[in-house]
Amino acid sequence: MPFKTQVRTIINGEEVEFLCEPRQSLLECLRDVVGLTGTKEGCNDGNCGACTVLLDGRIVTSCLVLGVEAEGSRVTTVEGIASDGRLNPIQQAFLEGAALQCGICTPGFIVAAKALLDEKANPSEHEIRLWLANNLCRCTGYDKIVRAVQIAATESQEGRT
Amino acid sequence: MTTETKTAPPRQQFKVIGTRPVRHDGTDKVTGRALYGADVTMAGLLYGAILRSPHAHARIRSIDTRSAESLPGVKAIITARELPESGDRMVDLGEGETPLKYIRGNILAAGKALYRGHAVAAIAATSPHIAEEAARLIEVDYEVLPCALTAPEAMNDGAPLLHEDLRTEEFGQQTERASNIAVHIRHELGNVEQGFSQADIIVEREFHTATVHQGYIEPHNATALWNQDGRVHIWCSTQGAFTVRDATACILGLPVSQVKVTPTEIGGGFGGKINVYLEPVAALLSKKTGRPVKLVMSRKDVFEGTGPTPGSFIRVKMGATRDGKISAAQAYLAYEAGAYPGSMVGPGAMCVFAAYDVANVQIDGYDVVVNKPSTAAYRAPGATNAAFATESVVDEIAEKLALDPIEFRLRNAAREGTRRADGPKYRRIGCVEVLEAIRNHPHYAAPLAGPNRGRGVAVGFWFNVGLESSCTISVNADGTVNLVEGSTDIGGTRTSVAMQAAEVLGIRAEDVRPTVVDTDSVGYTSVTGGSRTTFATGLAAIEAARDVVRQMRERAARIWEVDVESVEAESGVFRSKGKPQLQLTFGELAAQLSSAGGPLVGRATVNARGVGGSFAGNIVDVELDPETGKVTILRFTAVQDAGKAIHPSYVEGQMQGGSVQGIGWALNEEYYMNAEGMMMNSSLLDYRMPTSLDVPMIDTVIVEVPNPGHPFGARGVGEANIVPPPAAIANAIYHAAGVRMNRLPMNPVAVMEATWNKRA
Repeated sequence: MPFKTQVRTIINGEEVEFLCEPRQSLLECLRDVVGLTGTKEGCNDGNCGACTVLLDGRIVTSCLVLGVEAEGSRVTTVEGIASDGRLNPIQQAFLEGAALQCGICTPGFIVAAKALLDEKANPSEHEIRLWLANNLCRCTGYDKIVRAVQIAATESQEGRT
Repeated sequence: MTTETKTAPPRQQFKVIGTRPVRHDGTDKVTGRALYGADVTMAGLLYGAILRSPHAHARIRSIDTRSAESLPGVKAIITARELPESGDRMVDLGEGETPLKYIRGNILAAGKALYRGHAVAAIAATSPHIAEEAARLIEVDYEVLPCALTAPEAMNDGAPLLHEDLRTEEFGQQTERASNIAVHIRHELGNVEQGFSQADIIVEREFHTATVHQGYIEPHNATALWNQDGRVHIWCSTQGAFTVRDATACILGLPVSQVKVTPTEIGGGFGGKINVYLEPVAALLSKKTGRPVKLVMSRKDVFEGTGPTPGSFIRVKMGATRDGKISAAQAYLAYEAGAYPGSMVGPGAMCVFAAYDVANVQIDGYDVVVNKPSTAAYRAPGATNAAFATESVVDEIAEKLALDPIEFRLRNAAREGTRRADGPKYRRIGCVEVLEAIRNHPHYAAPLAGPNRGRGVAVGFWFNVGLESSCTISVNADGTVNLVEGSTDIGGTRTSVAMQAAEVLGIRAEDVRPTVVDTDSVGYTSVTGGSRTTFATGLAAIEAARDVVRQMRERAARIWEVDVESVEAESGVFRSKGKPQLQLTFGELAAQLSSAGGPLVGRATVNARGVGGSFAGNIVDVELDPETGKVTILRFTAVQDAGKAIHPSYVEGQMQGGSVQGIGWALNEEYYMNAEGMMMNSSLLDYRMPTSLDVPMIDTVIVEVPNPGHPFGARGVGEANIVPPPAAIANAIYHAAGVRMNRLPMNPVAVMEATWNKRA
């Protein structure tokens, strides 16, 4: 049994310390060690995007990051997208726009869409499709997901002004 | 989105049906709170791994687990020897009688491994990493055998035999010789020779379609606890909790009452999460260790170890007269079952000419075992392969007759009363209405300028199923109800079922709280499959709601001291006939139930009849890159008959999702196998499913030709939408490049080859 390493992080705004083996991915640590199972595993090799989280504000597939690499970093998971007991406009738009069916890819899409809208407030349809091309959805055909992000972008802008 | 309604009787007025409420489980799914199979955890949990065959066909001489067992942290290892013997027992798990030995054999290989990825042994350990390490330490001595990988190859004389005892079942008889052909079915109507002799034009073409996977994003998983009281409890994501219960009980030789299955949220299925793979194995590992055991597949395991949909070889011959009437149609369908019989060639044969009214038909279907994973259902299983062939030939005939492709289809379209070659006579169907909706859509007449661009159309059919469902509804004092059902919710069916109850009760959809429960807590319910849940579990919910209304009328009569016959219920208001002062809303009456007889529960079970089949059609514009052969979808319109759209957003979602799966099947997806039967692209990088960048918005047109077999007219909408896209795209490629594609996928290599051959 390999020795475990202590990792100190800030997850969804709170200080979290956990112990992990060197071979454990951040995805495994989030799910099995910290107990945040909202981040999903679809392929474990970086190709489906279901495990997308933000690491210091940048999009990563958490299955391709080692748990020990998160030392000293800020991690945002789907559980940290809603704030003050209110859904984020992206979450609200997904709900109202029926942008999910089975829901397994939804956490990854919501985190990715959050990063997109943080970077670019009013993306075009092509920019949304390009940004979200790292996330696979097999149920929706993407139509309602892209529209939900467009609506969330509009509402976020209106909220600001 | 547009909706067209075609009704003879006056339209029903609805308050809830046809609206778009937020789904009841939605908040949990956008916040990460929803619990899926892999999220299950409990005290003392062990983690499993499965060792799989590296060979497509091999005799297992011996399995040595000693060094794996000595690895610290390993708690148990099992092989097929630990499974109870199945003998010659036949079992029916919802898809007809199947020999138990095939189901058992696919769980853990006994004697021979029949495909690469076939499970050979299973390990339980204190961590998933230790379990994986242990799998690598198991020594299996294989005698590698020659393999048969395609239907035509496996049907040849002298092909390697997968099952030495398999005989061909042909027209109710068994052939003498061992063969890889499990079944030969035939459907006949009229006289096909005579029909061809009447034809002015005959087109006969051959088609190949590759093995493709359902591609759900959530891998299979199962957690099992074989308790010390002898009861087995399983948590898993499945399309059918009762199917898992019954299959696990059969395989383990237990009465069904000893197994309880709790279905978690499920991350996609599309037909692929009906069969059991892990559940009996996890249960046996739990029995051996006395602890709960969790098994979760890797993506490679999902590709190599679970059921994809059959690859196929299809020949279609159709004849038509000069005035545009199809006089004869003949099909030869050979579908790859994978390692065990059961390829869905049956549904393929039912659907191959289902859109047309043809007097003379012959359909021959062959179910062929090959050294690939045992196939499973995939959204309208068997129909997409068949429609690719038929709709390509139909398009070619229309062109040769210089007829508009929709006009030609309309002249031959199946209608109410048309007899399908496999027997049934259609009740009210929407084939004509779907074709007319295509013809009337602005997309159909829109100019498509530019080189290397083309437009194609196609239609498809899926018959849908009814089967069994159960539902209870209990009334809360605050005027809401709790609805308990057994249908796992893959795409919003909690809400479409709840809406139907709400409509009957006269309350809001939000005032119905739907819950999907375990197999101990609801009556038997068949799988979420065959596009049946909104239809059949919806029927159960309607009946249970009517039971609630009936009982509430009794309670009102009791409160008012009037005759129950005088109490009317309409739109959630109870009234006593002739006494306008006696009136209670659903909520007011609900508040009084406790003192007027006590708690109130309505219930219903159905074995649903009156299922209505669904037709779908596409208009698709493509652009072909003449340098690379890459096909880009420029515009896509999906049309489908929903009977009555209960929740239009989720109907559109089914149409859009099915269309994009169809686009993937058409253009990219395939099991790319080497000569030894090894899948060379078993990752989501190399098995390329469409991304958001690969497709445009999918425009939808919901056609509503009410199903007379459902109180609100609903038809299942989950499947027919995947049937037309490959054919529509092939027809569009023809109009763009002048080449008829006869092979799926139509990837850049295939398209370049076809255009080079045309130039040569």
